[in-house]
Amino acid sequence: MSTTPPLLITGADIEGEGAGDVLVVDGTIRAVGADAAAEAPQDTQRLDADGLVLLPGLVDLHTHLREPGREDAETVESGSQAAAVGGFTAVLAMANTTPVTDSAEVAETVLDLGRRAGYVDVHPVGAVTKALAGEELAELGLMARSRARVRVFSDDGRCVHDARLMRRALEYVKAFDGVVSQHAQDPRLADGTACCHEGELSGRLGLPGWPGVAEETIVARDVMLARHTGSRVHVAHVSTAGSVEVVRWAKAQGIAVTAEVTPHHLMLTEDELVGYDPTFKVNPPLRPSEDALVLRQALADGTIDAVATDHAPHVRQDKEHAFADAAFGMLGLETALPVVSTVMVAEGLMTWSDVARTMSTTPAHIARLTDQGQGVVAGASAHLTLVDPTRTHTVDRTLSRSLSRNNPWHGRTLTGAVHLTMLRGRVTARKGLVWGNTTEESDQ
Amino acid sequence: MKHLLSIADLAPEEITSILDTAVSMHEVQDRQVKKLPTLRGRTVINFFFEDSTRTRASFEIAGKWMSADTINLTGKGTSVSKGESLRDTVLTIDAMGVDMMIIRHPASGAPAQIADWVDCSIVNAGDGTHEHPSQALLDAYTLRRSLGELEGRHVAIVGDLTHSRVLRSNLLCLRALGAHVTLVAPPTLMPSGVHAWAAADGFDVSYDLDEVLPQVDAVMMLRVQRERMSGGYFPTAKEYAVTYGLTPRRLGLLQDHAVICHPGPMNRGLEISADAADAARSLVLDQVSAGVAVRMSILYHLLAGEGDAQ
Repeated sequence: MSTTPPLLITGADIEGEGAGDVLVVDGTIRAVGADAAAEAPQDTQRLDADGLVLLPGLVDLHTHLREPGREDAETVESGSQAAAVGGFTAVLAMANTTPVTDSAEVAETVLDLGRRAGYVDVHPVGAVTKALAGEELAELGLMARSRARVRVFSDDGRCVHDARLMRRALEYVKAFDGVVSQHAQDPRLADGTACCHEGELSGRLGLPGWPGVAEETIVARDVMLARHTGSRVHVAHVSTAGSVEVVRWAKAQGIAVTAEVTPHHLMLTEDELVGYDPTFKVNPPLRPSEDALVLRQALADGTIDAVATDHAPHVRQDKEHAFADAAFGMLGLETALPVVSTVMVAEGLMTWSDVARTMSTTPAHIARLTDQGQGVVAGASAHLTLVDPTRTHTVDRTLSRSLSRNNPWHGRTLTGAVHLTMLRGRVTARKGLVWGNTTEESDQ
Repeated sequence: MKHLLSIADLAPEEITSILDTAVSMHEVQDRQVKKLPTLRGRTVINFFFEDSTRTRASFEIAGKWMSADTINLTGKGTSVSKGESLRDTVLTIDAMGVDMMIIRHPASGAPAQIADWVDCSIVNAGDGTHEHPSQALLDAYTLRRSLGELEGRHVAIVGDLTHSRVLRSNLLCLRALGAHVTLVAPPTLMPSGVHAWAAADGFDVSYDLDEVLPQVDAVMMLRVQRERMSGGYFPTAKEYAVTYGLTPRRLGLLQDHAVICHPGPMNRGLEISADAADAARSLVLDQVSAGVAVRMSILYHLLAGEGDAQ
């Protein structure tokens, strides 16, 4: 990568705060603004970014890459490519693989697979409990001390519902500034069959209800545990207005709680379930529009800290069952930025600076990533995402880099598209196509 | 009309038309030779992914009396249990060139999903806790024979409503025919969001059976499974029977002309007393007998199209 020539990105709207130039040399942002052109060495290539928005590379706190174990649904390489196409430069890969990421060995395996693929930084999330069984702590400390330097721990897909175990996990990870990312679902109030928001629609459709209170009671318990232990807790995929209320209250008390919301909970609602299409089966379920509106507001006002995709690829045969029998989850890496652009920026709820905060800086900080989310500033690693804010496009699931096709955005027209993604100064994706991960050609 | 997936898909005149055709089909039942040539050469698959006795038997008899070739398949005996997707399973049968699949499935919505995948007609013979349209049509047929047109009539539906596909289809069907409906159950056995639903669709909700019974022209008692007690839906069978069962005392609260329905199978002594089940005003056996005629009418409307039923 040292052979990449210097690059001057000219005229981009930098983090939504005004047009300027950015000079990238040897994988690092050398200069930003008026000095950039002046400092450019002789062999500098230029990239005209007039009309584009330049963001720090996006960071996804919540991705399922399926490898090891379900390489038919996704591999670290295919998921990394989808991430790059979607403007991401780092993803946190959830632990519910086979084997589960509950040891330093598996964590390092995932880390190495990510490095070999080379499209984004892949950071494994460690399981909170052995085999995600919810009974005994996994080797949190050994994962933290491994080459993978795990800082985020989650049993995602399952809730750490035992209050004592959750308390111990929160206490234990303080030693290495870790955070527990909780999948908030009280299994007594919403068991494994629950698949539709509990309300009038689940009543009409006859689908097992997943009531908002099953999430809210766990969020409420966990913020009290975080207060008691003085630890950091992160709420994964917040889906209800009630959870937002609890998080807002907890933050006002100074409790160290952070929260993420998925693009699909921001934009899609339970009404998608009317035709029983398992593409829209996801956990937690799509909620009524009243909840979606509150989530958007909470993301805009900072109550919710980050957007995270919960990208969850599944092979066709795992989705082509009766709704109740089909797998939970939907794709999200390639569409996250366009969805946020459409539902938040185009609607005037957020600026591009807010997008940089919620999709790069803050998620990187929550995960304690030191080389990501530093912003577009001189001295930072050149993880950059160029966005065309006005380009509209209709999502075509067949064009996805993911190996799976469970794409709820198929056929929808979104405003705002990722133009180019750069990892350490190297272009990883451009206009929906991945760039070679070993070649050193720049855009021009 | 290609499929029968939900009562919600039927216009009131379509419901009436199915019920009217069933009247002439019912006459076949009294003949010595019970055979119409209407569906000769047509193939109807009864594809049951869940156990059923009366619904399956009545669809099979309906098909045979109309001269269709009927074949029974069960989900358990197929590759469903071998990891094949539901789509693969039904496409395989569809590819054999069948005209209709009658689907019973434990998952809500499965027949609607299948209708999107295959070319043949699909009849929903009961999907999870969603709908059971042929049951609602035969209930409406039975009530109409007893009470006349249902417009303005008042029907109470009582029992384990949240888990009942019969409830959902009957509610839609009775409302479409202009009947006034009141749902009666303890709050734990009401469907989710029932009050919003009632406000949107125009029906009533009550927790007090004694208050409702004197007002109705018909009371439809739905099965309450004893297993629900372990889910905490109600404390004991005794308490349920006392508070929501159609006991001998409650029979006295009914108007003289009011009738009693139960789609079966009955839990005598729980939701319905023997006195009520065997009363002269009980239509339980009429419902069973109407089942074949109404299902013949459904097959006729979906496969034979317009024209003379005979």
